[in-house]
Amino acid sequence: MRFIDEYRNSELGERLVDRIHRRSRKPVRLMEFCGGHTVTIFKHGIRQLLPPTIEMLSGPGCPVCVTANGDLDKAIALARLPDVVVATFGDMLKVPGSYSSLQEVRAEGGDVRIVYSALDAIHIAQRNPDKAVVMLGIGFETTAPTIAASVLEASRGGVGNYYVLSMHKLCPPVIKALLDSGEVRLDGLVCPGHVSAVIGSRPYDFLARDYGIACVVSGFEPLDVLQCVDMLVAQIEAGKPAVEIAYRRGVKPEGNERALETMWTVFERCEANWRGIGEVPGSGLRLREEYQRFDAESVFEIEVPPPREAEGCICGDILRGVKTPLDCKLFRRVCNPEHPVGPCMVSSEGTCSAYYLYGDNGSVRAQEPI
Amino acid sequence: MCLAIPALVKSVDGLSAEVEFGEVSRQISIWLTPDVKPGDYVLLHTGYSINVIDEDEAKETLKLLEEAASGSDSWTG
Repeated sequence: MRFIDEYRNSELGERLVDRIHRRSRKPVRLMEFCGGHTVTIFKHGIRQLLPPTIEMLSGPGCPVCVTANGDLDKAIALARLPDVVVATFGDMLKVPGSYSSLQEVRAEGGDVRIVYSALDAIHIAQRNPDKAVVMLGIGFETTAPTIAASVLEASRGGVGNYYVLSMHKLCPPVIKALLDSGEVRLDGLVCPGHVSAVIGSRPYDFLARDYGIACVVSGFEPLDVLQCVDMLVAQIEAGKPAVEIAYRRGVKPEGNERALETMWTVFERCEANWRGIGEVPGSGLRLREEYQRFDAESVFEIEVPPPREAEGCICGDILRGVKTPLDCKLFRRVCNPEHPVGPCMVSSEGTCSAYYLYGDNGSVRAQEPI
Repeated sequence: MCLAIPALVKSVDGLSAEVEFGEVSRQISIWLTPDVKPGDYVLLHTGYSINVIDEDEAKETLKLLEEAASGSDSWTG
C-alpha cells in the first residue's frame, strides 16, 4: 500500500541501522510513548538491531491499558442496565475490570456491541430508538476528536438516545507526570505519531526546554522509527535537545486545527485517573456543560463498588516504564492473550502482549524482517 | 488504538467521503478534514480522517532516507 510499503525497505533499513551504530556514542535511554510504536519495534526486532548504547523503554501510550479499573467498572455497570447498549472498540471487551469484564456481562445477556467507529454507534442509536446507546470514549487525542465529532453529528441530526462515557486522556500531561515522579530518567522521547497528527509537535516543546529531553515525532513503519531514533541520537550527541518531526507526511507543527477545535468544542479538561500512575491533573476530557445531555455519567445513575486490582499484576509498573513484563510472576505462566490478567496483555499494543508475541531481545521468536 | 492508515479519497459528498485502502472501500466522515478532495490521501482512524497526508513531505522524507542511508549527516537536507 502506498505510504506504507516504501517505509519498509529492508536495504535502506540496514543502512540506517549502520548509521545509528556509527553515530551513537553516549549511552542513552529512549522511551517510545505509544503502544503502536512498541508493536513496530517488537515486530521488526528493532531493539536488537540498535547498538548497546541505546536502551529503549515502552511507555504508557496504550489507551486501553491506562484505563483505570474504576472507569472500566462504570462501563461494565452501564452494560448491565436494561435497555442500554454499550458500543465499544473491540479491544475493551476482554479487559478485566475489578469484578467482571464487558465480555462477561455480554455473556450474561448485556447488550455490548463492538463498533469500528463512533458513527456505527450513532447508526445503532438511530435503528433502536427505544434503547439508549452509550459509546465508550476511550483513546487519546487521536480518537477524542472523532468522538467529539460524533456528538456534534448526533446533536445536529437530532439523535436523542446517543451518549458518550468519556474516559479520554491527554498525552503531554501524563508525560510530564511521569518525569516529575522522578522514577524514570529519559534522554529522548519517540513522540506518538497519530496523537501528534492532531495536536502537532508544539505541545512537546516544554520537554526539550524544561527537561532537556530530545523529542522526535515518529511514524509507524520500521524506517520511520529508525529515522526517529537516528534523529534523537543526533540531538543527544550534539547536546541540543529539541522537538523535531520525522513523520512529516502526517504531522504538522500546528497539528490539525479543525480536529482540535472539534475536540475543544465538545470537551474540556479534567483530572483523570491513569492505571499505575494515578490522578493526573488536566489529563482527561469531560463533556462540556452544553453537551451534558450526551454525557452518560450525568444521565445514568450508576453505582460501582470500590475498585480493586488483580493480585500480582504489575501492569501499573510496566506502564510507568519502571518494570518490564519479564519482572512479572504472572507473565506467560498465568497471564497470556487467551487468559489475560491485566490490560497490557489484552490490548494488541500492550507491552505484555508485544513481549508475549514477539519475545524480548529476539530470544523467543523470529521477528518479521524489516 | 491510535492506529491510522493511509486511505485514498475517491469521492466526497458533504462531510462524508468514499475512500479506498488496499482492496477495501469505505464510507468515512471527513468532519475533521472538510477540505479534502478526490485524489488526496488521508490518515483514517476509526471511520474519520484525522489528517491529510502531505505527498510532497512524503517524497522529501524518502529522499532524505536515501541520502541518510548513503552517508549524509543531516535530516534537514
